[in-house]
Amino acid sequence: MGAYIARRLLLMLVTLIGMSMLIFVMLRLVPGNITDIIFDSAGFVNPAAKKKIEHQLGLDQPIAVQYVNWIGGLMRGDLGYAYVSEKPAIDEILPRIPVTAKLAGLALVFATLFGVPLGVVSAVRQNTTLDYVLRVISLSGLSLPSFWLGLLILMAFVQFLGWIPIYKSNPASVWEEIALLSIPAAAVGFRSSALVMRLTRSSMLEVLRQDYIRTARAKGASETSVNYDHALRNAVLPVVTIIGIEAAFLIGGLIVTETVFNIPGVARFLVEAIRWRDYPIVQNLVMFIAVIVVFVNFIVDLLYVVLDPRIKYEG
Amino acid sequence: MRSKLVFGIALAFAAASQAAAPALAQKQGGTLRIYHRDNLPSGSIHEEATISTVQPFMGVFNNLVVYDQQKPLNTPETIVPDLADSWAWDATNTKLTFKLHQGVKWHDGKPFTAKDVQCTWNKLTGKDPDDFRKNPRAIWWHNLKEVTVNGDYEVTFVLNRPQPSFLSLFASGYTPVYPCHVSTKDMRTNPIGTGPFKFVEFKRGDTVKFARNPDYFKKGKPHVDAIEWKVIENRSTRILAFVAGEFDMTFGTDVTIPLLKDVNSQAPKAVCEVAPTYVSINLIINPKTAPFNDPKIRKAMALALDRKAFIDILSNGKDDIAGVMLPPPEGKWGMPPEVLQTLPGYAADVEKSRAEARKIMEGLGYSEAKPLPVKVSTRNIAVYRDPAVILIDQLKKVHIAGELDVVDTSIWHAKVTRGEYSVGLNLTGVSVDDPDVNLYENYSCNSERNLTKYCNKEVDALIDKQSQELDVEKRKQIVWEIERKLAEDLARPIISYQRSATCWQPYVKGFVLHHNSIYNNWRYEDVWLDK
Repeated sequence: MGAYIARRLLLMLVTLIGMSMLIFVMLRLVPGNITDIIFDSAGFVNPAAKKKIEHQLGLDQPIAVQYVNWIGGLMRGDLGYAYVSEKPAIDEILPRIPVTAKLAGLALVFATLFGVPLGVVSAVRQNTTLDYVLRVISLSGLSLPSFWLGLLILMAFVQFLGWIPIYKSNPASVWEEIALLSIPAAAVGFRSSALVMRLTRSSMLEVLRQDYIRTARAKGASETSVNYDHALRNAVLPVVTIIGIEAAFLIGGLIVTETVFNIPGVARFLVEAIRWRDYPIVQNLVMFIAVIVVFVNFIVDLLYVVLDPRIKYEG
Repeated sequence: MRSKLVFGIALAFAAASQAAAPALAQKQGGTLRIYHRDNLPSGSIHEEATISTVQPFMGVFNNLVVYDQQKPLNTPETIVPDLADSWAWDATNTKLTFKLHQGVKWHDGKPFTAKDVQCTWNKLTGKDPDDFRKNPRAIWWHNLKEVTVNGDYEVTFVLNRPQPSFLSLFASGYTPVYPCHVSTKDMRTNPIGTGPFKFVEFKRGDTVKFARNPDYFKKGKPHVDAIEWKVIENRSTRILAFVAGEFDMTFGTDVTIPLLKDVNSQAPKAVCEVAPTYVSINLIINPKTAPFNDPKIRKAMALALDRKAFIDILSNGKDDIAGVMLPPPEGKWGMPPEVLQTLPGYAADVEKSRAEARKIMEGLGYSEAKPLPVKVSTRNIAVYRDPAVILIDQLKKVHIAGELDVVDTSIWHAKVTRGEYSVGLNLTGVSVDDPDVNLYENYSCNSERNLTKYCNKEVDALIDKQSQELDVEKRKQIVWEIERKLAEDLARPIISYQRSATCWQPYVKGFVLHHNSIYNNWRYEDVWLDK
């Protein structure tokens, strides 16, 4: 197990180095750079002044030198300066992380709390009206774009309550913040919950047909015990995998949800930084997301061992 | 005539309601909450050419003079003192001297003096080593020879030649006075002014906050304690938020004519005013790329335009058909419709013009079966894309097969400046209704903001001629002559001038929307909240 973890950690490092090179090069392949954007808001471009700014920002250096400078800074904990705000990149990124983390966390909680139990119910009550209703709901969750769902929610709140649940910079209490975040979390988590529900259902259906379930019933175990102690425990492995993957891919849904609900999180900020070709922000943020994705996958792999004693990793 | 009458009545009504306003006791306090439509580039007004910066930051600064914030039209007659108590021209009309208000302090406590004025214009004219990173309105000051100071409270602007509209340039929201002792870099991120509101913080993509300046030199002003701007990039969200009462005002001009119906029905008590934005939709043709280097093709394109169809589709007919200058009644220099129709490409009978265009195209070997393929480039923003689509449809009628080429919005100006386009659809804003601003900025050979690099020495000479003409009527005739030449040369043909609405809650008092510029009325020092 120890050797496996060491090998995985090494692989993670290689993956992250590869990612950093990929991000760095791809970002520079996108047409235009920050100087174009700086001049865009002035409605003209002065080539001489543009060159001067490029020199000040080090954009006229060879790409390899720029890469080494960035990685060197990263090693020292220096993320550089944001091109647009001219502030340290860390000061721009750090305050936004907790906002997105809370939103993503709540969305995952929503996806799990709704997806798993409803998936179990749907499987246990297979081909009943309840099953059909739940399947339709899960299908809508997969097909509704989150921006559209978000807007519908906002319109409904304004129309019926005369209030709009958009993010406030300084919520009065933790509860107000949770209340404000729970609505967008539900909007973004709806799709994930639908996915979790469908997977739980199919996984449960497969397990419920196994011999050991019949044996458990024959031994007189209650239906609740059969469904939750025997079936769900064995059906949950693919569900955990998909929750792990969803946690990583949630960022895509969060971009739209943060925009619609006006939440100043990292997902929306990343898109904006890409638009502004704010390299220090984009590079560091994408690296941060890459670390999260790689780490979550690692944790999920380790969780398998906990959830299924039959799984053993060998060095 | 009828529109003039209606406009006159509307102005009289606006003036009457403003006259009545002081009768109400102005309440002090409260926070004015406004949404912002996008992420503003910086806080340095001098370095930007966008309402996104000038609207939130104008309240941080003062000008030497300013357009009266309580009068809807910007004219030389509505220019009032700001940091300057008075001003006077010398006998040669080449020296403009301002007497400055005494006892004014910058937000960091340092005294404001004539040196600060001199510094600001030295930066604008490239004479200061710490000059601006970008200087979009450098052309405004091309006639300025030097700025001299006489003691701490008198400053003189020395011109190369007379320029009667020179004072108007100082009255724009784009012309604040900057402090000498603060670097241009700091002015972008942490601006210091003398204005009614102090800059507090700018959280990118989130909020911009300003607090009342208790030491403001205009006693009793401002009335609100703070202004808080919240950036909401999604238009549906921000309009819903305004309807829900989350904001006291919309971002200026943010409510388009089609959206206005929704706002009126969902927030019937909100005050919404429609006004010209002085932002034109215009066609740009690159004369350096074949086959558009052939004037015949450019002429055919101009003849294909059905401006009325554009404005009917885009604004339910509310926008204005115009030449280069904003048309009357709000515009002082634009041509009335009967004169405008005599310009090439403006004829009322569009079908006849298009028949002529088809004949030109057929003469060049194009036909319905074999049209001229062209990419119509535009920014990837709805206000650009929508007219571009209409343009493509209209060009089709004269054997030109357009294909929409959507350009990433952040590199639009860079692409156009490099000439990497054949035909484009562009939007251009003008901040002061004066030919010196519009013509020098967009059509003179030396202007960096002349995107298409149009250059006609004869037109340049005429621009200079009108600039020094003291007689307003004579000057207008020269301006109209320039308009005619620009139309003949197809220099950035103007399709229309936009109108849009700004809305505010009924308890917001003391705000007057300007009707011939969107860049000059955001000081907010007279605004108060009746709640």
